[in-house]
Amino acid sequence: MKHLKTLALGTAVALGVSLGGVTPQVAQAEDANYVPLLTYRTGPFAGSGIHIANGMADYLHMLNERDGGIGGVKLAIEECETGYNAQKGVECYEATKGKNALVYNPYSTGITLQLIPKASVDKIPVLSMGYGLSAAADGNTFPWVFNVPDTYWDGASVVIKYIGQQEGGLENLKGKKIGYIFLDAGYGREPIPLLEQLAEKHGFELLKYAVPGKEMQNQSSQWLNVRRDRPDYMIMWGWGAMNPTAIKEAVKIRYPMDKFIGVWWSAGEDDAAAGGAQAKGYKALNFSGVGMDFPALQDIKKLVVDAGKSPTDVESMGGTLYNRGVLNSVIIAEGIRAAQEKTGKKVITGEDMRIGLESLNLDEARLAEIGLAGFAHPMKVTCEDHSGSHPVFIQEWDGEKFVKVTDWIEPMTDTVRPLLEAAAKEYAEKNAPWPERTEPCAN
Amino acid sequence: MFYREAGQFKTSYQSDQAMFPILQDRIGMAVILAVAFIVVPLTANDFFLTSIMIPFLVFSLAAIGLNVLTGFCGQLSLGTGAFMGVGAYAAYKLTTIFPDVNVVLFVLISGFFSAGIGAIFGLPSLRIKGLYLAVTTLAAQFFLEWCFIRIPWLYNDNASGAIEVPKREMFGVIVSGAEATPLARYFVVLGITVFIAFLIANVLRGRIGRSWMMIRDMDIAAELMGIRPLQTKLMAFAVSSYICGVAGAMMVFFWLNAAEPSSYSINLSFQILFMVILGGLGSLSGAFLGAAFIWILPVMLKFIPSAIGLEIGAETVEHLTFMVVGGLIIFFLIVEPHGFARLWQIAKQKLRVWPFPY
Repeated sequence: MKHLKTLALGTAVALGVSLGGVTPQVAQAEDANYVPLLTYRTGPFAGSGIHIANGMADYLHMLNERDGGIGGVKLAIEECETGYNAQKGVECYEATKGKNALVYNPYSTGITLQLIPKASVDKIPVLSMGYGLSAAADGNTFPWVFNVPDTYWDGASVVIKYIGQQEGGLENLKGKKIGYIFLDAGYGREPIPLLEQLAEKHGFELLKYAVPGKEMQNQSSQWLNVRRDRPDYMIMWGWGAMNPTAIKEAVKIRYPMDKFIGVWWSAGEDDAAAGGAQAKGYKALNFSGVGMDFPALQDIKKLVVDAGKSPTDVESMGGTLYNRGVLNSVIIAEGIRAAQEKTGKKVITGEDMRIGLESLNLDEARLAEIGLAGFAHPMKVTCEDHSGSHPVFIQEWDGEKFVKVTDWIEPMTDTVRPLLEAAAKEYAEKNAPWPERTEPCAN
Repeated sequence: MFYREAGQFKTSYQSDQAMFPILQDRIGMAVILAVAFIVVPLTANDFFLTSIMIPFLVFSLAAIGLNVLTGFCGQLSLGTGAFMGVGAYAAYKLTTIFPDVNVVLFVLISGFFSAGIGAIFGLPSLRIKGLYLAVTTLAAQFFLEWCFIRIPWLYNDNASGAIEVPKREMFGVIVSGAEATPLARYFVVLGITVFIAFLIANVLRGRIGRSWMMIRDMDIAAELMGIRPLQTKLMAFAVSSYICGVAGAMMVFFWLNAAEPSSYSINLSFQILFMVILGGLGSLSGAFLGAAFIWILPVMLKFIPSAIGLEIGAETVEHLTFMVVGGLIIFFLIVEPHGFARLWQIAKQKLRVWPFPY
């Protein structure tokens, strides 16, 4: 025992000394564009996070392998594990921002909210692709935040529009009951103001079922309420382990699956597959292509995955979430390319990246050029509109895979946009003094 | 040899009752303060300040708070996270209602709200003890967390349900919000932590602290000797919650800048409790050592693979960190159940008799 104590003492001293010794080195590669990826392959949201992380990393690695980076400059890619935890996310941000980070993709509304005020101070843009603060679409208030192609409010309006189509017109929604089951966090609460507004406008009743984050895997009480209330439609804003649980519970209470619509983050194959054969008919929004029939994805498979340079499981390639991660990296890559064109520099900074993202114009020709024709709806960002409110489509689970069942549906921009601007104004007032936009418009 | 107090004679009661009666301790303390106030600000980079030093000081203060209750008064609590949350939300409400008042003042005042709530949830401690009390404080944790989610007034009806810290200045220097420099925030956090730590160190040496320890060691005997258990226990709850509340407010104002209810979840309570147990129950230096172990070690461990040139995926590093820290916790608790504070005492003893141990 005495020796053990000495050992413990020795270990403690050694730890103390090594703590003093190991200080993070801020290595700055001069000839590379540094892209930090905040990902989560651990924790309760890893089930969704792994696919996204793989998609994001693989596309950027593929560009390095195939084209030697972007514009002749390699990409330095570094992953930092956040575990979907806001504190760790901020820690990752602080640890990586000094290496001339170009852009941050937090993949968590909680982390995004913490990074938004920092973005304008550190001059590093935040790209929250289809998540985060909806009001950030207002480029005049939030010059450093981008949420292409859509905000949650756009998504919620598309769901209501689609339900209206099913009922033969939005006027028929009067007196209907629409249930909204959501992850009780910043993410799930984000669309509520818009849904409430639409409920008032179109006369349907909005029933809210909150799922607390730590009870994601036990939703029986919420679904018991659903069974009692019998809503005509169910909308879901879920993520991670919440999605498969909700679909299983819906199957259990025999909720008609064709009236159950998830947001684009509840569109994973694993999520729907958890419901078994009866989950057939489950619908989800989506804005990125499904499947492997794209030359760029084949390049990833050949150059990165088959070459053993990625932890990606070949089976998961082409899935909704994997492809979503790829689309995220496409936006980063196109932003870098646009920034290089606009500024004439090869190695760019976060400020240049902001200009690049603001002049992003991913049209059909460009999508075809990078081997992703039809992978996403053409996207365009302007200085005023950092989201673009692009159309999305609805896909349906056929028991084995997701099939696109509708054409591209435009969000209700006329309702959403004024709300977005009002929310942006309110955010700026609440966080007064919020910095005025001083960045000139590059377009 | 290094730690011998032989020859240091005390000639007055004042010097006998001093906080650090031994010369070596006084020198050591002065060196630590000099490093904290002068060396660290001069040499540290932003990452070191924002991700290591500021959280470390915040957690140390919270661990001191819990140590007052659990280590000195013997009342087990699992509500630390929620009490920290009360401080954070109180400071947020105060500073948004009265934007012109100094934010540091509000951080210090917010502790009183937390103290009030803590005292209310401390009432059952009169009847129930030990693990059963832990369960009632667990109820406080869940109830308060529920409040943070369900009462929109607390977060000013923010659509995201998070509290976001506005920009505030003190003497012309921005101390909170995104524009505040890490250095300014570090000095505020360091100042508050050192101030409260010294205050508590003195409270613990006096009548109040001794009555807490009497309650801890044997409450019936303490009662027979004239200590009133109700007041003493409630005071421990209030003082502990006050410190935790201040730490919670500092956590959001000077470290995170924005906080969701999940920041103050049961995980935080456990984290603080582990810091206290690992550092040493009933020891102020233990609170700092425990916080350093639980917070700084994992952050630093992450840099070791890349520092020695190993290419490992971010998630593997995370898993390795979990395993290493977990293993070390078990190792230290088996070898020295009284925590790092006790190890430090052993080290002091060894230094004293070196090189002729007996």
